[in-house]
Amino acid sequence: MLQSLFSKLSRKRTSKDVAKERLKLVLIHDRANVSPQFLEMVKGEIIKVIQNYMEIDEEALDIQLTKTVSEESDSVVPALIANIPIKSVKNVGR
Amino acid sequence: MGEVIVITSGKGGVGKTTTTANLGTGLALKEKKVVLIDADIGLRNLDLVMGLENRIVYDLVNVVEGTCRIKQALIKDKRFEGLFLLPAAQTRDKNAVSPEQMIRLCDDLKEEFDYILVDCPAGIEQGFKNAIAGADRAVVVTTPEVSAVRDADRVIGILEANEIRKSMLLINRVRPDMVKKGDMMSIEDIIDILAIDLIGVVPDDENIIISTNRGEPAVAEAKSLAGQAYRNITRRLMGEDVPLINLAGNDSFLSKMKKLLGFKSA
Repeated sequence: MLQSLFSKLSRKRTSKDVAKERLKLVLIHDRANVSPQFLEMVKGEIIKVIQNYMEIDEEALDIQLTKTVSEESDSVVPALIANIPIKSVKNVGR
Repeated sequence: MGEVIVITSGKGGVGKTTTTANLGTGLALKEKKVVLIDADIGLRNLDLVMGLENRIVYDLVNVVEGTCRIKQALIKDKRFEGLFLLPAAQTRDKNAVSPEQMIRLCDDLKEEFDYILVDCPAGIEQGFKNAIAGADRAVVVTTPEVSAVRDADRVIGILEANEIRKSMLLINRVRPDMVKKGDMMSIEDIIDILAIDLIGVVPDDENIIISTNRGEPAVAEAKSLAGQAYRNITRRLMGEDVPLINLAGNDSFLSKMKKLLGFKSA
């Protein structure tokens, strides 16, 4: 008991915390059934489309599969999150 | 009309066969008519775990091929009234049976039995597909290890895709001492990750090895901790509400384990 109290106080990450974190990440990919190559393909296509309208910082573009809480229920669902820094907006369609 | 329950896990060695043997025996002790089907064709073991290995005449493949009638292949367990085993074929492979044949077999058995428990092979290949084909619901067995939990998640997904929606999770070989130290995922951790209803927890118990050595299911042994866990799970399987008490708290290991399993505290 002392040991568990001590580990709580020192906030040391226990091996089960590591296990849980690793599992959660791997399951996001398992459940979505995607590979890193798949993400690269999605990324390429997104860049192509957006470049028609904006100039973006391709180097800083970050796209990843993660999870979020569903708006309909409280369950956790996979989400595609993209962070795309815009340099300037092109003068099309305005 | 009976109910077909498949015992599955994805990963091998987590306790599917032991669980099938214990839940089946548990249901028979509750005066249900039960048949256990060993669907692990080519790697038959349920007969050995049940201590019925010397009584096999016909097997599952003989039945679906029409070599014999179902009644001829069913081995009656003389120790437990109402309990029968349909063994797997040992010298054939998984392709000897089709999902359609399994559905027909399960439908026939439903006429006469209250519960049909199907012991599923490891993996997610043809043998697995055969085993789940006739199932109304599933018990997914896992252990608190990353590989077993990952495989359980995969299996839960496949069961859902096959419209088996009433899956429940059985967490096997839990060690409360390790959970307490933070060196083993807790029941809450696993439920949080898999998002599935829990049917019960079985502690890591050397009695399981001893009872398997003898071919006597632990569920029939009054003093076995794992046996008590299986008795509780049996009742939950029948729809009874048996409370699960979690591991949190400052009780001693033994009293916590007893609480967890539903013993009355002394």
